[in-house]
Amino acid sequence: MYQTNDYEGMLAETVTMQGANGDTINAYLARPLGPGPFPGIVLIHHAPGWDELYREFTFRFAHHGYVAITPNLFFRNGHGTPEDVGAKVRAEGGPDDALVIGDVDGGIRHLRSLPYVSGKVGVFGTCSGGRHGFLAGCRLTGIDASGECWGGNVVAAPEDLTPRRPVAPIDLTKDLSAPLLGIFGNDDRSPTPEQVDLHEAELKRFGKDHEFHRYDGAGHGFFYYNRPNYRAQQAIDGWEKVWAFLEAHLG
Amino acid sequence: MCTMITETAPITLGRGKSGQDWFSVSEANVSYDHPYELPLEHALNIDFVDPAGGPGRRVAVELSVAGARELVRTIEAVLARAEQRGVLEDVPLT
Repeated sequence: MYQTNDYEGMLAETVTMQGANGDTINAYLARPLGPGPFPGIVLIHHAPGWDELYREFTFRFAHHGYVAITPNLFFRNGHGTPEDVGAKVRAEGGPDDALVIGDVDGGIRHLRSLPYVSGKVGVFGTCSGGRHGFLAGCRLTGIDASGECWGGNVVAAPEDLTPRRPVAPIDLTKDLSAPLLGIFGNDDRSPTPEQVDLHEAELKRFGKDHEFHRYDGAGHGFFYYNRPNYRAQQAIDGWEKVWAFLEAHLG
Repeated sequence: MCTMITETAPITLGRGKSGQDWFSVSEANVSYDHPYELPLEHALNIDFVDPAGGPGRRVAVELSVAGARELVRTIEAVLARAEQRGVLEDVPLT
C-alpha cells in the first residue's frame, strides 16, 4: 500500500500493438512511472466494448503497480464511440474467440518487449473477457496468472456453439497452464452456480491451481459501479481478492 | 450475462433519424442482451443501421421485455388496421 508521502506517477496512452494474424490494432496502456521492473497484465475487455470502464480498470491496475494493456478487441469492426462499435459487434454475434486470443497473445508479447516489465505477466477479464481469460490460460502458454470474473458460457452445450465460439472452454480445462482466479456472484444466471460448480469440478479433476470466490447477494457484473448489478461490499472484497492473487503470482 | 442472442431483419426500404439527420436504414439488429443506457441487466435492443455508414450510423432503442412485446403487438395491430382499410402497400413516390 502506498504511503501518503510517496511520489506516484503514471503514464497512460493509446498505443499500437501486433494482435492476431499480425494485425496492427490499438490498445490502451497505463504504467507506473519509473524503471520498474513492474509485472504486466493484459486486460480483456467485455462484450459491451473497449469502453470507459476499461480505461478506468487500466488506470487502476497501473495505480496498483502493474503495466496494464487493454487491447481494443473490436479494432477490426470499425471506429466510433465504444457503444456504437460494441453494438455492431453485438449484432455480429459477439467477439471471435480466435481473434481475441490472438490479440491477448499479442498483448502479452508487447508487454514482454518493454524494458520496464518484469518476467511476470498475467491476464484479467470480466464477463466475456472473463471467459476469454480462462480460454487464454488454456490456449496460450507463458501466462503467470489468469483472472476470470463471472465468465459466462465457459460451460456451453453443443447447440450453443457458434463459428465465433466453436469450443466450450470447459472442454479445454486439461490444457490450463496458468493459476486461475475466479470471481462469481451466486445470483448470476450465466454462469449459474451449477455451471460454476461444473467449472470448478473440472479444474479439480485435472489438478489445476485455482481459487474461486463466490458471493451471495451478487449477480452478474457486480463490480460495475455504473450498472444496476453493482454490489459495493462484494465488489470491495472481490477487488481485494484480485490484488492478493496477483501479488502472490506476479509479485 | 452476455447472451449473444441477436438476429438481423433486412429492411428493404427504411429511413431513420439520429439527432437532426435522416439516413437510409437497411437492417434492424435485434438483440436481447446488455443494454447501454436502460437500467436493466438485459433489454430488447433494436439498432436500425446503415451498415455502409459505419458503426455510428444507427438509431438505437432499448426496451424492457414488456415494452418490446407491446411494441410487437402495436406494430401488428397498426398493420392489420391499414390492411383492413385497403391502404397497406409500399407505394414508391415518383
